[in-house]
Amino acid sequence: MAEMKKAVITVLGSDQKGIIAKVSDVLFRHDVNILDISQTILSGLFNMVLIADISSANCDFSALSDALTAFGQERNLQVRVQRSEIFEAMHQI
Amino acid sequence: MLNTNEILETLRMIDEEKLDVRTITMGISLFSCVSDDTRRLCDNIYDRITRKAERLVKVGEDIEKEYGVPIVNKRIAVTPAALITGKCDPLSVAHALDRAAKETGVNFLGGYSALVQKGMTEADRALIASIPEALATTDLVCSSVNVGSTRAGIDMDAVKLMGKAVKDTAERTRDRDGFGCAKLVVFSNAVEDNPFMAGAFFGPGEGDCAVSVGVSGPGTVKRALEKVKGQPFDAVAEMIKRTAFRITRVGQLVAREASARLNVPFGIVDLSLAPTPAVGDSVAAILEEMGLEVCGTHGTTAALALLNDAVKKGGVMASSHVGGLSGAFIPVSEDIGMIHAAECGALSIEKLEAMTCVCSVGLDMIAIPGDTSAETISAIIADEAAIGMINNKTTAVRVIPVPGKKVGEMVEFGGLLGRAPIIPVREYSSAEFVNRGGRIPAPLHSLRN
Repeated sequence: MAEMKKAVITVLGSDQKGIIAKVSDVLFRHDVNILDISQTILSGLFNMVLIADISSANCDFSALSDALTAFGQERNLQVRVQRSEIFEAMHQI
Repeated sequence: MLNTNEILETLRMIDEEKLDVRTITMGISLFSCVSDDTRRLCDNIYDRITRKAERLVKVGEDIEKEYGVPIVNKRIAVTPAALITGKCDPLSVAHALDRAAKETGVNFLGGYSALVQKGMTEADRALIASIPEALATTDLVCSSVNVGSTRAGIDMDAVKLMGKAVKDTAERTRDRDGFGCAKLVVFSNAVEDNPFMAGAFFGPGEGDCAVSVGVSGPGTVKRALEKVKGQPFDAVAEMIKRTAFRITRVGQLVAREASARLNVPFGIVDLSLAPTPAVGDSVAAILEEMGLEVCGTHGTTAALALLNDAVKKGGVMASSHVGGLSGAFIPVSEDIGMIHAAECGALSIEKLEAMTCVCSVGLDMIAIPGDTSAETISAIIADEAAIGMINNKTTAVRVIPVPGKKVGEMVEFGGLLGRAPIIPVREYSSAEFVNRGGRIPAPLHSLRN
């Protein structure tokens, strides 16, 4: 089996309704499976980290990234999509 | 599995502490381009570079997007031009290199270079003579000349020529405050795989093509040291090592990925702390965080020695191949802390010289008065080359004698090259010393004290 390709999606910004719903929707439409999700509100600031399996995505990384960041711009949220290797490299030996 | 804190910490390092990959540099050998016809040589060079580096910028941008880490520069380093020009016109080669660099979209191309630590060929002399005009009439070409080494000693004839080349380059780019000199480095013990400009070239011992990466992140180290305020140096060194390890892992990841996507072998990761003029991206600020009021005061050399060594110790395990210059850079105009230290008089050229004994490279991006003589610049080069030669390390000189400006005035280069106050040099003459010429013999390798 091919190694799973993972992406880390982070959303930062003011708390508002439907953020998780919308992000999940975008992921669902791109055939991406959510592996882990955690969110907190720190002094009114919405803070979400989502780890997804993008091996089966129906588009390339760039298209997925653009779709999510476009949503972020619409709602004035900072949305970032990054390959998980950068975090693994920095925090795991 | 990754945890949320680690993910957020990485984002903070990138956003607030300005962690970035400073450069992806593709080294390209130009030996296959040789010809006895200048026109054909230039065509060969242009074709080879534009073919090899065709996707370099695009791949760099893709990696930047996918991993979310800025890759500030994409650059090319080539075989030292004097090794392939033969009897051809070096200036035409400089222009071909500049056209090729522009076509590929890179920020800079290094390798308008000569290695003359033991002596000069006709081609070396022709290239050195052409440097001022080459730098004045190209935009992206960087030049470097190696004038000394631990094994060969110092070629004082070349040192003399380079003092004049620096002076003439400043004069030829007078309208831009001597900007040409920012693209000219004079080395001792130059390394063949340095990915950083202006001194990058792809040495004759390298293969056909390779990608190397230079990492950065002074802001990250500074922030980490804030956590060990007041603690003994043991804690400081440990903290720097841990941070350097993380920074370098990012560099290694990017290098491996770029190598795979470009289908070009991975060269090295250069374990460097390279500052920029941005606030929070300063090497001087790290030294000050260790407890110095201003960078340049007594204790600075010791602080820099610790920093430089700890960066290497931390980084070396994070990468499969380490090389280049590897260490902390102290370019005055490119570091806001250094600029401030030079402005308030805490940092003199003599202190900078002492600092070069224990850090990555040398006297870097230092603005000196426009009326400094060519012989004085040669003597500065000779001093710095001697430090490199005796201590078995790379040293370099990149000074800018700013035409028409005097001590205390500021010069603005803009962008990553920053700005610098003009600092004084000694006014007593070194002309008779420099005019002797010949070679300073290679030093003894035993009885080391």
